[in-house]
Amino acid sequence: MTAMDRQQRMASCLGVGLLLASLVLLLLGASVGSTGFETVFKVWSDPLAQQIVWDIRLPRTVGAWSAGALLGLAGAVAQGLFRNPLADPYLLGSASGAALGVALALGFFGVSPLATEWLVRLGLTGAAFAGAVGAVLLTLALAKGVQHTLRLLLAGVIVGVVLGAFASLAMLMVPEVTQAMQAFMLGSTSFVGWSACALMAGIWLVCMGLAWMLSHALDGLSLGEATAASLGLPLPMMRVALVAVLALATGAAVAQTGLIAFVGLAAPHLVRSVAKTTHGRLIFLSSLMGGVLLMAADMLARWLIAPQELPVGVLTAVLGGGYLLWLMHRNSHPSAAQRS
Amino acid sequence: MPSIAVSAHAISASLGNIEVLHGIDLTLPAGCWTSIVGPNGAGKSTLLKVLAGLLPHTGTVTLLDQPLATLPRRVRARQLAWLGQNEATGDDLTVWDIVMLGRLPHQLWLAAPSAADSAAVARALRATQAWDWRGRTLGQLSAGERQCVLLARALAVQAQVLLMDEPLANLDPPHQADWLAVVQALVSSGKTVVSVLHEISFALHADQMVIMAQGRITHQGACADPLTHRALEQVFDQRIVIQALGEQWVALPCVVKASQAPPSVGTGMDCLLPPP
Repeated sequence: MTAMDRQQRMASCLGVGLLLASLVLLLLGASVGSTGFETVFKVWSDPLAQQIVWDIRLPRTVGAWSAGALLGLAGAVAQGLFRNPLADPYLLGSASGAALGVALALGFFGVSPLATEWLVRLGLTGAAFAGAVGAVLLTLALAKGVQHTLRLLLAGVIVGVVLGAFASLAMLMVPEVTQAMQAFMLGSTSFVGWSACALMAGIWLVCMGLAWMLSHALDGLSLGEATAASLGLPLPMMRVALVAVLALATGAAVAQTGLIAFVGLAAPHLVRSVAKTTHGRLIFLSSLMGGVLLMAADMLARWLIAPQELPVGVLTAVLGGGYLLWLMHRNSHPSAAQRS
Repeated sequence: MPSIAVSAHAISASLGNIEVLHGIDLTLPAGCWTSIVGPNGAGKSTLLKVLAGLLPHTGTVTLLDQPLATLPRRVRARQLAWLGQNEATGDDLTVWDIVMLGRLPHQLWLAAPSAADSAAVARALRATQAWDWRGRTLGQLSAGERQCVLLARALAVQAQVLLMDEPLANLDPPHQADWLAVVQALVSSGKTVVSVLHEISFALHADQMVIMAQGRITHQGACADPLTHRALEQVFDQRIVIQALGEQWVALPCVVKASQAPPSVGTGMDCLLPPP
């Protein structure tokens, strides 16, 4: 078997492995919760157990997979588009935009139990999505389009910092929103229902289709902008479409689950550490990897201090940070340094 | 088959706010190898990018008798291949996948590579001695090996015109000789090659030479023409000398010893010498 066949085989095996892992985690996700493992055995006889599994555990598990898949997809697109392995889905300011959107919604509508209930179901999600997409549009306006990658990157950082500062200001001015904001900033899958799952799955299908169609552009861009343009790729149009995919996928995930750290950054790296492949496969595999990562993190968050639960964003931050540290350590190993 | 591969008229181009090309007129014959040389900052790479349609400019460029600006993008990509310098970052793509990108202009959107594409990639990899690395990623190769792969990517386009910016960078002498053989084979099969080179001795193997300084063309002529040799020596401030070696021309550096230099000629190293 040649090295080339081996790479393709590794990519195929990884895809099958991730799909199997998703199925296993889905079953485990339906079994783990504050009422214990036994609930899942009573699902056919006990209406309450059925409600717990069907209305709470399953949608949040599927929702965690969907949000992770969206973030993994967005991470692979961001790293390809910006030709930077440290790029993450929040690079164009969408995270800060979403945070500001939520802070403003909480500030304007108040945080009484009734308002919060209504906001949780409708307003917060919409505000987060509008904030994320608005921030990306602001970044595009400041960068004067998508033609210059570096300018886009800088504009994204600036928008992120400024909108983040406004979100902090909103929290200072209305201290009552701080707790709700913290829950959003740490990320949670607790409020994900079937409608949110359907929405995220629909957006995932659209984004995956678009990203796959544009994957040649990302492969071409890895050779440099001039070479990509010389290959006849319509780069300006493709960049607009890729930024739209990035904004849509990130906005949808953030709106439903809050700010989940590291999944979008780590998923493509994990895939690349197993199989070297073109962006068409990389994006799909990163998406599966993101789904598995967030589903596993969500399960751990529910299980570690049961019947209490940890914010899932804390777990992804700790695990993702640990992974990056390990990656740095591995790359500073003499043999790795010698290779580079 | 047109007799002129690329022509440029009244080309001016800027990098940032600085105009680096000033009203250039140029005609490059088809089926020839033209090397563009000149001191650093002469505008060689900028001119090459303009000829490839990769940089905004004023004036007109014509490719194989067709205005470059109005040529459909994919048609242009099939007729003109580009090899830039220090561009690639795709460390995680395999050599085969990288070279296959050269076939994009020939493939339908989202279509899988055809047998003809695979054959073209295999031919390009073998021509540049990169066949054995086809399963490795770009990140697993040395700088010189990467350059061979990127040359294979440009060859895989099978374009009528190839523009190369410093293609010998990082190549060791045997691979430089291989590159020369590849270019000569391309030209003998009717292709047009335009290369920006700092290796003057290699550039003198071309059919003709374009000499540039300060954003203008100072000379264009056959590489064997003594007038071209004088123009070359002049553009490099008489710091090189062109001499015959067997059947080829070579450029040798003129080293001015401090003890022999007249007081008016500085060597650039004066500050390092002890005071007289």
